[in-house]
Amino acid sequence: MPIDWFPLWLSLEVACTATVLSLVAGLALAWLFVNKRFPGRDMLDALITLPLALPPTVLGYYLLVVLSRSTGLGVIFPLLFTAKAAVLAAMLHSLPLLVKSARASLENIDRGYEQAARSLGADEWRVFWRISLPLARRPIAAAAALAFARSLGDFGTTLMIAGDIPGRTQTASVAIFDAVNSGNTTLARVLVLAVSVLTAAVVYLANWLESRRRPS
Amino acid sequence: MIQVRISKAFPSFLLEVEFEAGPGVTVLFGPSGAGKTLTLDSIAGMMQPDSGRILLNDRILYDSGAHVSLPARARRCGYVFQNYALFPHMTLWENLAFAAPDLARLERHRKIGELLERFGLAALAGRLPMELSGGQKQRGSIARALMTEPEILLLDEPARGLDLHLKQDLYSVIGELRKSLKIPVLLVTHGVEEVFALGDHVLLYEPGRMIHRATPLELLRNPGSEAVAKLLGDFNLFDAEVLALDPGRQTSRIRLLGEEMQAPYFPGCFLGDKIRVCARPEELRVQNRPGANRVRADILSRLDRPQSLRLNFGDGLLVDAPRDTLLEGPLWVELPAEALRRLAG
Repeated sequence: MPIDWFPLWLSLEVACTATVLSLVAGLALAWLFVNKRFPGRDMLDALITLPLALPPTVLGYYLLVVLSRSTGLGVIFPLLFTAKAAVLAAMLHSLPLLVKSARASLENIDRGYEQAARSLGADEWRVFWRISLPLARRPIAAAAALAFARSLGDFGTTLMIAGDIPGRTQTASVAIFDAVNSGNTTLARVLVLAVSVLTAAVVYLANWLESRRRPS
Repeated sequence: MIQVRISKAFPSFLLEVEFEAGPGVTVLFGPSGAGKTLTLDSIAGMMQPDSGRILLNDRILYDSGAHVSLPARARRCGYVFQNYALFPHMTLWENLAFAAPDLARLERHRKIGELLERFGLAALAGRLPMELSGGQKQRGSIARALMTEPEILLLDEPARGLDLHLKQDLYSVIGELRKSLKIPVLLVTHGVEEVFALGDHVLLYEPGRMIHRATPLELLRNPGSEAVAKLLGDFNLFDAEVLALDPGRQTSRIRLLGEEMQAPYFPGCFLGDKIRVCARPEELRVQNRPGANRVRADILSRLDRPQSLRLNFGDGLLVDAPRDTLLEGPLWVELPAEALRRLAG
């Protein structure tokens, strides 16, 4: 019986999209936390971290309610049981990782470099883009690699809001669960092996990026 | 011309400073933690004072009354940080180019080349800061600050961590800047050497405030107060009592170290007043016989210096004597009248 590689490709697509989106949003949020004081800052911080602490099914249930057709949000963004919902589920788990890590990395930069850049006439965007981000790039890239690995393996929330529609929303993790349930051990083993190799490679990359010394 | 009047309260420290400085090198001198760097930070826009006003060539940088505080990028202050702050991920050339993004490419190249040449760094343009020596980094940092054509140059502890050779190098670079730039240069230091090597004017700091303004020579001739004399280090400080005053001859008689001595006239003093006087170690002389303005003393320790001997007679009495001074037999220290200066406070 031929192996259906669709779940693996979908998982890769979902993980890539979620990582890129989380990276952009995570950097913006991290910059905000490091540089600005605003009302509700701590609340926003807690809200972003919450998906890490909540059980995936609980998070999935909230999203099911919020994005259902009976709510305005569900009508404007009809995401439920599409591949986009899988991206959303993956993002909710990768975003906190990226925000936390990017924030710590940006806070670790010697403020003198940023102040020097400002004294040389640079605006805040230029300071971030040319100084802060390049100096923090390695730990942030390592966090992105870990976020990618985390996105690749999401199961509970994905199952709740994207469902298990073969050929449309069935990611690798969901497909493995399905294969085990239906006794298709060959498919389960192949997918398990593929996901394990991919994840191991990404974790190795993250560790390598983390261990490389930043020039000082 | 820079005009500064600022105050800023910290949990355990109140900074209150007021001064003006024109073209030339003005040294902010005082102990660590006196607020010298905070003053530079306030001028450059890295720190916002609680109140006051900062004017640079009649341009308002900060005015608490008018609620004006220009962002650092708009102040046109060339700031050379203590650790140089050259961006570690950029080459020296890129560091300089960062400071002039709006210049046309050719003009930018010409200007960077010119500055690197001027500071003897042309051959190192492609190197990362980690591949440069301390002195090269420092010159690179000054060159980068000059790329923006600043209206004032702020140097924070530029000689810190440099060896004697590099210090001389730095002094000649700053000396050259003083000649070629017609802008105020504010230099923060807690080293006396820089005050006399570089300063056209000196602003003396005590924790939280500026206490005195003078030229280095004025400072050396008359420190004015005990606090200043202590900051400058090498002064003998004595308690004395006024025994007689002669305004006509501009002299006085004082009791100092248990001896009656002649001293200059001290205006505003009365008979019996207890005063503090100071004298520089090199103005005192070691003698082999008693006489006027001499006190009997024995050497406690000596330090051989290249051009003199630093003799410690105890009770804070230090004398810098020529190396060929005869130090055998009983000794007297002569405190010439003109070397004795009254201190306020």
